[in-house]
Amino acid sequence: MTADLPEMRGRPGRVALTGSLRRNLVLQFLALAAVVAVALFFAVRVTADRAAEAAQDAVLGAATAALSEGLRAEDDGLDLDLPPTIFSMLSAMGEDRVFYRVDIGSRTVTGYDDLPLPTAPPQGALPVYYDGRYLDTPIRLAAVTRGMLVDGRQAQALFVLGQTRFGQRAIADSIARRAALLGIGFFLLAVPLSLLAARAILGPVGRVTEAVARRGPLDLRPVNQSVPRELGPLIGALNGFILRLRGAHARTETFITEAAHHIRTPLSTVRTEAEIALRQSQEEPTRARLRNVIRSVEESSRSAGQLLEHALVLYRTDRVERSSMDLAAVVAGLVESFRPTADLREIALRLGPDLPAAPVVGDRLMIETALRNILDNAIKYSAADGTVEIALTLCDGRAVVAVCDRGRGLGGAKLADLATRFRRGGNVTDVVGSGLGLTIVTEVAEASGGAFTLTPREGGGTCAVFSLPLR
Amino acid sequence: MRRLFPALALSLGLTLALAAGPAGALEVEDQIRIGPDTPQATLHILSTTDIAAARPMLDGWLARNPDLAVDYVVASANEIHQAITAERLPFDLVISSAMDLQLKLANDGHALPQDVDEAAGALPHWARWRDLVFGFALEPVVIVASASAFDAENLPRTRRDLITALRDDPDRFRGRIGTYDPAQSGAGYLFATQDASFGNTFWRLAEVMGRLDARLYCCSGDMIDDLASDRLLVAYNVVGSYAQVSTQAGSGLIIIAPEDFTLLLIRTALVPTTAERPDLGAAFLGYLLSPAGQAAMETTPGMAPVLGAAQGLPSSARAIRLDPGLLANLDRVRKSAFLGEWTAAMTQP
Repeated sequence: MTADLPEMRGRPGRVALTGSLRRNLVLQFLALAAVVAVALFFAVRVTADRAAEAAQDAVLGAATAALSEGLRAEDDGLDLDLPPTIFSMLSAMGEDRVFYRVDIGSRTVTGYDDLPLPTAPPQGALPVYYDGRYLDTPIRLAAVTRGMLVDGRQAQALFVLGQTRFGQRAIADSIARRAALLGIGFFLLAVPLSLLAARAILGPVGRVTEAVARRGPLDLRPVNQSVPRELGPLIGALNGFILRLRGAHARTETFITEAAHHIRTPLSTVRTEAEIALRQSQEEPTRARLRNVIRSVEESSRSAGQLLEHALVLYRTDRVERSSMDLAAVVAGLVESFRPTADLREIALRLGPDLPAAPVVGDRLMIETALRNILDNAIKYSAADGTVEIALTLCDGRAVVAVCDRGRGLGGAKLADLATRFRRGGNVTDVVGSGLGLTIVTEVAEASGGAFTLTPREGGGTCAVFSLPLR
Repeated sequence: MRRLFPALALSLGLTLALAAGPAGALEVEDQIRIGPDTPQATLHILSTTDIAAARPMLDGWLARNPDLAVDYVVASANEIHQAITAERLPFDLVISSAMDLQLKLANDGHALPQDVDEAAGALPHWARWRDLVFGFALEPVVIVASASAFDAENLPRTRRDLITALRDDPDRFRGRIGTYDPAQSGAGYLFATQDASFGNTFWRLAEVMGRLDARLYCCSGDMIDDLASDRLLVAYNVVGSYAQVSTQAGSGLIIIAPEDFTLLLIRTALVPTTAERPDLGAAFLGYLLSPAGQAAMETTPGMAPVLGAAQGLPSSARAIRLDPGLLANLDRVRKSAFLGEWTAAMTQP
């Protein structure tokens, strides 16, 4: 809706960007999630391994104890009551291989006589657990001792029971797979979550940015959005900056207004004096010089007047006083006020036959100033005997005022350039002007929620179109 | 009992097989070589199963592999264990009915792991141990009796019945009862220990048999032979496949599956670490477990395929568990104690 004026907006294209907060946040979240996932995997694995080993050890210990209880010394030698369930039990989980050995003193009485022995002999019935290798296979062993009477003598019997740990490894592998899945799942879940979290955290920044970016170029109110605590200092600094900017702005405008006032009063004196001198002088060279003086003074005075108007518009855009009005009446009144000036240069002002009622809301003074500048421009750049056509139409909920002349046109310049302060077209050096007129119109259009365009007219000349939203 | 030493076998016309075979110092009971004269490769099988009972599966495999030959050596379970562990003879596959010895071979690291999962996938878990020992046939362990031994309506249906019948008529049965010698036969020891684990009936039966001067045998086949020639009236613990073969022809023999419990023997196979062509051993094992191999098992009398087992088996059937529990009975202290007790029961004053 507002005309885009690049020189008035700060665009991030001009900001040196180093990195991205969102990316950093997401990456840090993901790194954290990866660390947690890996930690989770190992924690589950180690815990499960320990639990499985402890459970298997308990079974192995019980089986070793059962083995030790089966050995009896009889009159005709040893008898070993070896229930098959001892071995079946050890092999139940994962079909493990089973090895055993029974020693009395230093003699192996049965079993596998090369099965590894514990480094320190176990004390009594409490099993000693240890790892070993047998037949090229790593095995887990348990050993207990028991004192017994053999041939009338006390002897120590050592019972060793070993088993492979295929079943335990299968369980550990299956748990590891699950733990890995858990970790991967956790990480995958963390990806969208971290994206959402980064977005949520950075949301307020985006909202403040949008609120500030959406402002009109002259909107220098402080930002009063509610923001998280961490953004408070930034907004505070921004508001302080805006305040200082406003102060500087106001001082400049005041200075310009003062300057314009101070220039205008002596200028009118100079002009009056020059005109008197012109009437009294008979020498042609002097008269020519005096005419030049008068022209220059006129130009300066006009500039000063427009500077005043501009300052007024700037002042009022800050605190627009909105009131309802009929734009048709405003246009008609203005056209009438310009008729004497136009008649002097024999320019016809043709106001469209039927002006529809166009109720709008805005600052009447600003709108009048804008329209006055448009009409002034049209008359100023029209040749003598020319015609300026003024029309008011309603279109798409807007009141559109079109002022078309048959003047010299824009000479290829763009509105964006012409609307810059003190910038004038390249083809107007012979006409008095300050270069502020179009700036004022554009600023009023923006401040009132309207639009202003300047387009070349078919067959030569220019059409200035100023529109406001209907009430 | 047949004891065929290699030299003797040579003279029996098995020249080719033995010249190439790994039999070595093994005490061979029987041997056959089947296949073309110049085969691409020869599969060496060491087995406790008689050639007659093994023939269907051997022929079935050779029909699928016409370029290959099979050297099939029959020996006792104890000999087989010795051949693999001590003599390390290069056989590619070991087939045995002595489940405990097979399991010990595997437990002690003499079996190669096999990747026959597609074939063995349907195998019930009790019919395999790890990826090392695979059961391929089920056989009930039964009592075979001469039809003239009992009155038709007074047929013993349990071990207790048998004990009663033997006690009631000792003169008739004296010297005419046969069973395995557990000291000599691996399978016989397995059956005896399993029987003993089910209760005291076995020892009572042993005492009765000992008092009646029971004859002890190495093999089911010999018991059947003596039954057929009327030297025996009752044979206790006979492997089903042999019993079935001999009772088919209407020889006047009857099979009794004891109703208190009937042991189910799982015939197992493994590829030993000594194999020169473990691939051939594995291929034959895969065939045994395949539908075709199992079908061959079905046509062999007395054998039931392990896949889709349990049909046609007596309801009192108890499969011997194929797990390291079997190792307990092989413990030397325990074994000598058991055999001592057995001998005491057999030789009574």
